[in-house]
Amino acid sequence: MGELKPGKKNENTVESKASAGKIYRIAGPVVVAKGINAKMYDVVKVGREQLMGEVIEMEGDKTIVQVYEDTEGIKPNERVETTGQSLSVFLGPGLLTSIYDGIQRPLPVLAEKMGNFIERGVSAPGLDETKKWDFAATAKAGDKVSGGSVIGTVEETEGLEHKVMVPPKMSGKIKEISSGKFTVNDVVAVLEDGSELKLAHHWPIRVPRPVNKKLLPNIPLITGQRILDTFFPLAKGGTAAIPGPFGAGKTVTQQSLAKWCDADIIVYIGCGERGNEMTEVLSEFPELKDPKTGNPLMNRTVLIANTSNMPVAAREASIYTGITIAEYYRDMGYDVALMADSTSRWAEAMREISSRLEEMPGEEGYPAYLSTKLAAFYERAGRVKTLGVEEPGSVSVIGAVSPPGGDFSEPVTQNTLRVTKSFWALDAKLAQRRHFPSINWINSYSLYLDKLNDWFSSNVASDWAEYVEKSMRILQEEEKLLEIVQLVGSDSLPDEQQLTLEVARMLREFFLQQNAFHEVDTYCTPQKSYALLKTIHQFSSLAESALERGMKIKDILLLKSKNKVANVKFEADYEKILKEIESEMQKEFEGLR
Amino acid sequence: MKEYKTISKIAGPLVYVEKTEPVGYGELVKVTLSDGSVKRGQVLDTSEEIVVVQIFEGTSEIDKDSRVTFLGETIKLAVSDDMLGRILSGSGQPLDNGPEIVPEKRVDINGAAINPFMRDSPADFIQTGISTIDEMNTLVRGQKLPIFSGSGLPHNEIALQIARQAKVVGQEGDFAVVFAAMGITNEEAQYFINDFEQTGALENAVVFLNLADDPAVERLITPRMALTAAEYLAYEKDMHVLVILTDLTNYCESLREIGAAREEVPGRRGYPGYMYTDLANIYERAGMIKGKKGSVTQIPILTMVGDDITHPIPDLTGYITEGQITLSRELHMKNIYPPVDVLPSLSRLMNSGIGPGKTREDHKQVSDQLYAFYAEGRDLRGLVAIVGKEALSQRDQNLLEFADAFEDKFVRQDKNEDRSIEDTLAIAWKLLSDVPRDELTRIKDEFKDKYYIKQKEDNKIEEGKKGSKTGEEKDNSTEEAKEGEQRAEESA
Repeated sequence: MGELKPGKKNENTVESKASAGKIYRIAGPVVVAKGINAKMYDVVKVGREQLMGEVIEMEGDKTIVQVYEDTEGIKPNERVETTGQSLSVFLGPGLLTSIYDGIQRPLPVLAEKMGNFIERGVSAPGLDETKKWDFAATAKAGDKVSGGSVIGTVEETEGLEHKVMVPPKMSGKIKEISSGKFTVNDVVAVLEDGSELKLAHHWPIRVPRPVNKKLLPNIPLITGQRILDTFFPLAKGGTAAIPGPFGAGKTVTQQSLAKWCDADIIVYIGCGERGNEMTEVLSEFPELKDPKTGNPLMNRTVLIANTSNMPVAAREASIYTGITIAEYYRDMGYDVALMADSTSRWAEAMREISSRLEEMPGEEGYPAYLSTKLAAFYERAGRVKTLGVEEPGSVSVIGAVSPPGGDFSEPVTQNTLRVTKSFWALDAKLAQRRHFPSINWINSYSLYLDKLNDWFSSNVASDWAEYVEKSMRILQEEEKLLEIVQLVGSDSLPDEQQLTLEVARMLREFFLQQNAFHEVDTYCTPQKSYALLKTIHQFSSLAESALERGMKIKDILLLKSKNKVANVKFEADYEKILKEIESEMQKEFEGLR
Repeated sequence: MKEYKTISKIAGPLVYVEKTEPVGYGELVKVTLSDGSVKRGQVLDTSEEIVVVQIFEGTSEIDKDSRVTFLGETIKLAVSDDMLGRILSGSGQPLDNGPEIVPEKRVDINGAAINPFMRDSPADFIQTGISTIDEMNTLVRGQKLPIFSGSGLPHNEIALQIARQAKVVGQEGDFAVVFAAMGITNEEAQYFINDFEQTGALENAVVFLNLADDPAVERLITPRMALTAAEYLAYEKDMHVLVILTDLTNYCESLREIGAAREEVPGRRGYPGYMYTDLANIYERAGMIKGKKGSVTQIPILTMVGDDITHPIPDLTGYITEGQITLSRELHMKNIYPPVDVLPSLSRLMNSGIGPGKTREDHKQVSDQLYAFYAEGRDLRGLVAIVGKEALSQRDQNLLEFADAFEDKFVRQDKNEDRSIEDTLAIAWKLLSDVPRDELTRIKDEFKDKYYIKQKEDNKIEEGKKGSKTGEEKDNSTEEAKEGEQRAEESA
């Protein structure tokens, strides 16, 4: 299996390229080998136990390898062998519903082979090689195909069509092709030059998969989270960063997005995070239903779990493994959302390896190439015209950032902000008050807001943007007023400002707060968001005109109907209730004197 | 086994040995001094030319004539049932004049990561008898919930109280405590041991002691020893193990010391860049495994340097652990024990451990309401200092009073007071009932009907208790609660 071209021919060349050398030095996950003839980023097998590693630097006759497994007990002089191929993922049917470690070893298979704990020196193919898939050919003999062309389909999970594609950089005329039951390693088609096509192929994780061209992101990724969809939307193919101190709700937000966003495929990377959290995802996702299709959410999900105590080098790789899988589904014309929790752990893995290499450190000990690597990773997101499929596909990337001490000025947050377009700032203060999602509406922003207005006005309501802008203005106004209230108390403010405070409170409590654990409130359509906003603003304009008529703010604040809006978010059948509330509101205001 | 006399350099806790046969990374090392005494160490870096050894007991007295032997294996702990009731040194040697431990087997102390796929979700509510923890920051089996403390705060008392009182109601399985002291004073250690002895807990405890005057490097292996013992007891002897690690701040200081001695590139505040991974290797060893009866629950204690929660030690810890219990100097000064500040405290696994069938159906909403009111009440204290109490609205005054009562009645409890979750909820409802019913916006009407106490009276706790017994006999006790309310109305 060469890096780019699959097929038997290449497997032979791998053998001939492989060469072996000896370990010279071991320091943690970094092993220095001598006398080996390897290329950069080649996968090597280290020591008697054949631990998996990757070449990351070469200096004179020394080859520096980062090892994906624990190196304890390994001795100098043990054998190091290169496989001649770069670290790659095995792409084909069977990825969905899987749970992998950072280097695409299926965790259930590892558990079978080595029990409850992750021992070392065990390899496992990324896809089940025995399972037979029902392949339905769509191309026929004589068809001209090139990289990315679809030659047939497999129903990977219920209702999800996996398109079998010609690997990029391969092309020719199909000589023979057949439908039927095949494993991922069976040949389903042969090209005229003799190259064989299978259901699956390998792709190196550090190389972005080629596309026809990149498109502008102008369709929103509907997340079902009110604050995000209305105020800080993300486009399909866009990038977002969620920074926040610990306990502010990064993981809950990421998981809510993974559950409810309207992507076709979800890739969830637990990168250097808690084991128990991954367990939660694992036990919850198969139970939950996709709001669009009604199938279990797990059917559209690939999980990558490299918890904080698993080897640090595999953590570094996990992000690339994830994005390569995401790109693969994008190439089929699907909208993919990738959640990386957390990119800070990934950056720390780079820092750890860099310091073992004794590289000159940049800011806070991070390697100088941190910003390049971060930018290159986020640049793999995007909405694209694929090589072989009519519909555009997209990869949206949502990266959690865990800034030390909640300080957003640290290098990982800053470098991430330079490349991501949506910024969802989590706020520990809000979390402490149990205001969830604890996304700070003053500090957050989305550069997609204007680009997506067209979509919202034609798909939700023509005055969508107006309401969004009005609400934001009130919330910002509140921020300013609260400073004054801190000094003089709210009673001494003029009536209009007291009204602003009340409307802002309604926006915060009735609209922005959303309960991720409530069966209805966990997901909110943009239509419902709009209806809620509209009712709140109706109160606002009724109250304004009442004030003009000389009514007292005190009496307005005592009106009962407005507080009924509080529970509407928990109702599935919200339209009727809102209508009732609005007419009650109307009556109450008419009754004021 | 070969002995080498080729020490070329000694620096801090590190010894550099030249011209050896191939030596394994992480291998255990024995250094024999010229007077015959023996020190032990571990290989940190190995190559054909030079091997770097970190000495656990410190390098004093080592000279270039000392003989170095590489033992060919990594550090292992001898484990067996006999460990229970024993006091061991930070590197696993008996300190209590008892017999050597007859090993059932020897286990690598670094452990291996639990396969995330094989983890079982922690969901068993542990009742600690401390209201602020049980009601608002619930501990569950298999969780790692650290105590963020400061110097001079009563974290040790709280840890001991948890160790004494922690139980899963209705399931009294085999319970054990593993206690690891890292760099604490002899006095503190004695305090723990005496308490274990008095309460009889020592029989079911394994104690590892690395005291303040023990070598710093040994501190790096103490928690790993303790967790290895804990995993053995949990996963092979089906015990529910509570691991108390104190004080992680000392552990991290040692980590920094070694890092500096190795001339590594330092990260934030001089702590090594790999401190996150290193701490994760300790904390992540809490959990439950599918198909195993036992569990490992961790309560690490750390003192925040200068009470600063953004310092790298509490910061990195908070990112790994499933929440934190934060102690407050302000409450401590007010003479409130336990001085748990609930606002910056958190238990991430709370939702899976509470609710109907586990605690009570109103648990979550009561907790949210307490949080919301207390946060607001605390903010108002600042405002009162500026504008005076008179300028506040009635609602604000209520909340201000609520915040005071909350600290006095709910947070404060006796060192030996073991409150059941029902007691705790009763106190909570008593406090909430001083606020007008309509303002409890976080609580469903259904629960308010059941538990809200209409009038202020002295016997309210009693009634609250009645209302809370509903777990078994729902209908009856609801009626009882209603009757109680009626009585209250009548007497008013």
